Amino acid sequence: MTVSAVVSRSDIVSKFRRSKSGLAGIGLVLALLLMTIYATAAVPLESSRQWNNPNFWIDFPKAAAPAWTNIGFGPKVSEHIVLRTDDAIISTSSEGGVKTVVHSYSLNFNYDTYPNDFMLIYSARYGSTQPVLQIDVLRPDGKEFRIYFASLPPSQQGDNEFSARVFSADRLISDNLRDYEGEFSYPQKSSSPQVMLFADTKENKVLKGKYVIRQSFYLFDPGDSVIDSGVILGGKVYGIIGTDELRRDLSVGILWGAPVALFIGLTVAIAGVIIGLVYGVIAGYKGKRTDEGLMRINDIFYSLPTLPLLIILSVTIGRSIFLITGFLVIFGWVGMAKISRSIALQLKNMPYVEAAKLMGQSDLKIIFRHIIPQLLPLTFASIAISVPSAILGEATLSFLGLSDPTIPTWGQILHDANTAGAASRGLWWWIVPPGLMIALTGLAFVLIGTALDAIVNPRSKRR
Amino acid sequence: MVIVLFATLILTIALLGPTMDKILTDAIKYYAVEEVNQKDLKFANAAERQRYIDAQVSRQIQTIGLDEPWYAPKRFANTVLKVMVLDLGRSNYLTSESGSPKVQDIILEKMPKTVLLFTTSTLIVTVIGLYLGAFVGNRSGSVWDRLNSTFAVFSTSFPTWWVGMLMIFAFAFTYHIFPSQARPLTPPSDPSYALDLLYHMLLPLITIVLVGFGAWAYTVRYFVIGILGEDYIAAKRAAGVRESRIVYSHALKNAAPPIVTVVALSLAGSLSGAITIEAVFGWPGMGSLYYQAIGFLDIPIIIGITYVLTVIFVLTVFVTDLIYAYFDPRVKVG
Repeated sequence: MTVSAVVSRSDIVSKFRRSKSGLAGIGLVLALLLMTIYATAAVPLESSRQWNNPNFWIDFPKAAAPAWTNIGFGPKVSEHIVLRTDDAIISTSSEGGVKTVVHSYSLNFNYDTYPNDFMLIYSARYGSTQPVLQIDVLRPDGKEFRIYFASLPPSQQGDNEFSARVFSADRLISDNLRDYEGEFSYPQKSSSPQVMLFADTKENKVLKGKYVIRQSFYLFDPGDSVIDSGVILGGKVYGIIGTDELRRDLSVGILWGAPVALFIGLTVAIAGVIIGLVYGVIAGYKGKRTDEGLMRINDIFYSLPTLPLLIILSVTIGRSIFLITGFLVIFGWVGMAKISRSIALQLKNMPYVEAAKLMGQSDLKIIFRHIIPQLLPLTFASIAISVPSAILGEATLSFLGLSDPTIPTWGQILHDANTAGAASRGLWWWIVPPGLMIALTGLAFVLIGTALDAIVNPRSKRR
Repeated sequence: MVIVLFATLILTIALLGPTMDKILTDAIKYYAVEEVNQKDLKFANAAERQRYIDAQVSRQIQTIGLDEPWYAPKRFANTVLKVMVLDLGRSNYLTSESGSPKVQDIILEKMPKTVLLFTTSTLIVTVIGLYLGAFVGNRSGSVWDRLNSTFAVFSTSFPTWWVGMLMIFAFAFTYHIFPSQARPLTPPSDPSYALDLLYHMLLPLITIVLVGFGAWAYTVRYFVIGILGEDYIAAKRAAGVRESRIVYSHALKNAAPPIVTVVALSLAGSLSGAITIEAVFGWPGMGSLYYQAIGFLDIPIIIGITYVLTVIFVLTVFVTDLIYAYFDPRVKVG
C-alpha cells in the first residue's frame, strides 16, 4: 500500500472529468443548488416559517394531487379555484334604512368531479346591530339554491371588524340544502353540499357550466360596511407537487428542504471529517500512549449505537436544527479518525517528515504543514462520502418526529405523511417527492465521493 | 474491551442521568400533591399546605437519594446496578398488552417480535449477499458486477423506511396483496396466530431484504476480490480444483472473519434500524414502541429502550471482536 501523496491536483481534476458517475453527482448537486437559489429567491421565507401553522395554509386545497395529473385523456378533476373581492361584481342598494351589499362571483365549472369542499370568506365592520348574511348559488340549469341565511355574531366592543369563513361542512348549509333534496330525481344527500350543489338533477354526475355564487349582506346601520369576501372551491389537484392533509403546499416544503438538507449534510460532513482528520493524525503521529488513549476513546464512540443516542439527545436537550447538526457531528468523526491515523502512521516515517523533525520543527507545525496537506484529497472524498449519512441521519430523526418544528424538512414531511397514513390511502405525491429528494441528494454525494475516492484513496485501487 | 463496555455505559448514564432525575423528582412531587388531596388534610392557608407538600417531597427525595447529583459515587453505582438488572422504572402512559406499566415488562414483551423480524431478515440478506457477492466478485468488471454496484449505490442512498412507505403504497393500496399494517389482527391465543404473524411480517421483511442485500453483496465482493488475488487460490486453480468450489468454498471461507464482523455489526445496527421500519409498518416490536414513546414523550420508555439497544450493540461489538480473534488467530484480544 502506497501513500496517497503521489496524486497531484491537476491529475485529480482530469481523472475526475473522465468519471461519468462523478460528473453525474456534480450535476445533481448543481441542480440542488439551483433549487436552493430558487427557494431563497422566489418562495417567500414566510411560507417556510409558517410551515407548521395551519392557519397560514387554510386557503389551499386539502390533500390535492399534483396539477399535472389532470393533463391527459382521463376525466378532468376539479381544480382549485380562489376568487377574492377583486373578482366579484359588487352592487349596493338601499331600501328603508337597510343597505344591501351583494358580492356575486361567477365561475365556470367544467370538470368531471365534484370539488373537495368549498368555503366562503367574509369580513365586515359593524356596530351593535348584527348584519345578516345570505348566500345563494345560481346553477347553470337555472335553479337557485339558498345555502346560507344567518346573522353575523354580535360584535363584542362597539364598532369592530369581524371576519370568518363558512365551510361547506357547516351545519346551516346542509340544513338549508335539505329543502332542495326533492329537486333531484335520485337520492342526493344534503350532508355533502359540495356534491349536491354541483350535481345534475337528472342523473348522478357533475352539472357543468357557469355558476354564480352570491353573498348578500344586509346591513342595518349606515356606518356598517363589508370589507372583504371570497369564494374558494377546494380542488382535487393543485400546484406542481400537490398539497397534504393539512392543506400545505408540498412544493414549498420540498423546495425549502433543499437548503436545509445541504446545510446539515455539508456542515456535519465537513466538521466531522476535519475533527476526525486532526484527531487521527495527532494519534498516528504522536503514537505510543497518546495514540493508545485517543484510539480507545475512538473505540468507545465506535461502539455506541448512533440512532438511539441521537434520539435521546434530541429528546433531552433540544431539537433546533443547529443542535441536531451538532449531535450528528458528535458521531460523524469516528470513521475518518481511523483512516487518517493509519495514513499518518505511514507518513510520519517519510524522509521529509523526519527531516522536518530533525530541523527542530514543532510537532504541531509538522502535523499541520506537512502531514495534513498530504491528506487533503482524501479529506474531500471523505467529506463527500459522509454527506449522505448526515442527511439520512437528520431525515431519520425528523421522520421519528424529532425535527425542528420551525422549518420544513423532507424527513418531517414524511413523518406527517406516515402519521396520516398517506401510503395506505394512496396519497403518493406526499411520499414520493420528499423521499426521492433525500435519496437523490444522498446519491449525488455518494457518486462524487466514490469517484474521488477511486482516484485518491490507495486502498480502493485494486488489482 | 470491557473498558469500552463500561465507558459506554457511563457515557449513556451521564447523558440520561439529569433527565432521569428530573422525571423521578417530578413523579415524587406529583404523588405528594395527590396524597394531600386524597387524605383530605386540613390546612390553615395555601402557604401552609405548600410547606407541608414541600416537606414531604424533600423527605422522599432524601430517602431515594435524589438530593445528591446523579454522579455521586453511591448513586452512580446504584444506577449502573439497576441498569444491569434491567430495572428501568415505570412508564408514564404506555402499558404492555397485559396492562403492566413496568418498562421492563413492556420491553420484554416487544423484544421477541423485533428479534424475529430482524434476525430473519439479516439471515436472508446475508445469504443472498454472500452468494451474490461471491458471484459478482468472481466476474469483476462484468455486466453483473456493474449492475450490482449500481444497485448497491442506489439502495444505500434510499432510506429504508421510505422504501417501506412505497411498498405499502404499491402492495397494500394499489394491489391488495399485503396488509398495510403489520400488526396481526388475530389474538395470540388463536392457533392461526403464527401464520397470521408470518403473513403480516412478509412486507416489512421484503422491504428490508430489498434495501439491504445490494450493499451486502458489494461488501462481500470487496473481500472476495481481495482473496481471489491471493497465491493459494492461484495454486488451487493450477491444481485443477473446480472454479465454483474455489469461489464458494475456499474464497468465501477465507473471507469469513471480516464478513462475520460485518454480519454481527449489521445485526446490531439493524436493531436501531428497527425503530423506523417498525414505525412505518406498525410491526408490534420495540421500534414501534420507541416511536409511540417519542410521540407521547414517555421518557422512561425512551430511556429504557435506548439502554437495551445500547447494551445489545455494545455486547455485539464485544462478542464480534472475540469471534474475530477466534477465526483469525493473528488478532490478539486486547
